[in-house]
Amino acid sequence: MVLIAIWEIIYRIYSKDTTLFPSPLGSVQQLYIGLFDTGILATALGESMQRIIIGFSMAVIIGGILGVLLGVSKLADETLGSLVIALQSVPSIVWLPIALVVFQGGPGAIYFVVILGGTWAMTLNIRMGIKNVSPILIRAAKTMGYKNTELVWRVMLPASIPSALTGARLAWAFGWRALMAAELIGRGGLGRTLMDARDFFNMDLVVAIMIIISVIGLIVEYLIFSKIEKKVLSRWGLAKNA
Amino acid sequence: MESVTIKNVEKTFPNRDNKTFFTVFKDISLDIKEGEFVSLLGPSGCGKSTLLNIVAGLDKPTSGAAYVGETKISGPGSDRGVVFQEAALMPWLNVIENVMFALKKTMDKATAKKHAEKYLKLVHLSKFLHSYPHELSGGMKQRVAIARALSMDPKVLLMDEPFGALDEQTRMMLHKEVQFIWEQTKKTILFVTHNIRESILLSDRIVLMGTRPGGIIKIFPVDLPRPRIPSSPEFIQLEEDIMSILGGEIEKVMREEMGDDFNSKKASLLYGTDSNMGNHI
Repeated sequence: MVLIAIWEIIYRIYSKDTTLFPSPLGSVQQLYIGLFDTGILATALGESMQRIIIGFSMAVIIGGILGVLLGVSKLADETLGSLVIALQSVPSIVWLPIALVVFQGGPGAIYFVVILGGTWAMTLNIRMGIKNVSPILIRAAKTMGYKNTELVWRVMLPASIPSALTGARLAWAFGWRALMAAELIGRGGLGRTLMDARDFFNMDLVVAIMIIISVIGLIVEYLIFSKIEKKVLSRWGLAKNA
Repeated sequence: MESVTIKNVEKTFPNRDNKTFFTVFKDISLDIKEGEFVSLLGPSGCGKSTLLNIVAGLDKPTSGAAYVGETKISGPGSDRGVVFQEAALMPWLNVIENVMFALKKTMDKATAKKHAEKYLKLVHLSKFLHSYPHELSGGMKQRVAIARALSMDPKVLLMDEPFGALDEQTRMMLHKEVQFIWEQTKKTILFVTHNIRESILLSDRIVLMGTRPGGIIKIFPVDLPRPRIPSSPEFIQLEEDIMSILGGEIEKVMREEMGDDFNSKKASLLYGTDSNMGNHI
């Protein structure tokens, strides 16, 4: 509250010199107009959400499959493993120029960047999870007649759920950042609307969009991931106070 | 119930350089009769767990073979239930699901559930069917592991220091449970331990193993009536007999681990035998 008050005061002081400084009241106003009046923010939000949900799901699926492969097969790990680490250190947004050419500027380019953004974090975490399954569990399952793929499905995968969750969390974070960056350059969504707002010198709208972006981040972090994580950790017996 | 036969088994591990080999034991032969309770006793590093793992099918012998009944052991299988030192329960499954985990391959869900309940009752855990492993004490976890191994109705039960990590009270209680279970089910049991008392208390025969080179030193039949009383003179006599042999083995292990330090004053006071008596005067 204090911060918002200080912001409002600074705005009052500078608004005489420039119209480019955003105000908190103006931002909330723009937020309301954009969401309920003209609906530009609502449309943009819908588009971005659709992209991140599809992109995130794809990243989790692809990353999951790759991670299991790297975790289970030594050969795959030795060949693809270092490639994944190399790719992971490249921010996915730098793929956008190539993606724009390949997908001819279509929506595929943005999906591509979002998926790339999340996949590697997911892959590396699942791989870690599978490698860290305690060998005694695998030995025990073997004495109960479990073999090969059953071991992967019944023991390794469930045992690595906690690290898969960390992977998903990171995949979301990377994917979301990649999406915003890609939309600034590409087409549609919150990122594009943000650039449009800047082009019209509507700084209140810029801030309004930033608020939406951070609120979504908060919701996903606290209402979704934190809750699932708490449940999983206590069930797996990893929580400290369980 | 089946007998277990171990024939001329040898196990070597490659050393770090991958050229030379370290022999854990060689030429071990042992016959375990149907329904017999046999303990493998020895100092750490004598390969008693390795031998058990070979019978379990988790390790492969370098040469020789082990048999359950007439069948040669080529890999792990549900005809041999194994209880490890750690309970090795799946942390994401509750108690009854953990037991059903062992049964899923051979039974439908309803039968497996009934079966699991029956065996959990045998180890007195009926109240904890829906608890998760992290909510249980060490002794309770180990009882779930025993129920899980028994529920597959294996021909042989292999136990690898199952009570090594438990406190004394819990261990005493579980000794009684194991005796009870053994009398009820008459399973063939191969039991690995480093606790002399535990082995005398439970087994029909004690196989004493030594190190460097590993192998069977002596087999002690235990002809005491059950339930055995640790304070009876026969019990104490047997304990001393075993200790006198095992003591020499332990000295050998210590000498190797400590190197030159073994001849120091403190070490000779602690572990000294006749050979270096007077060294520290």
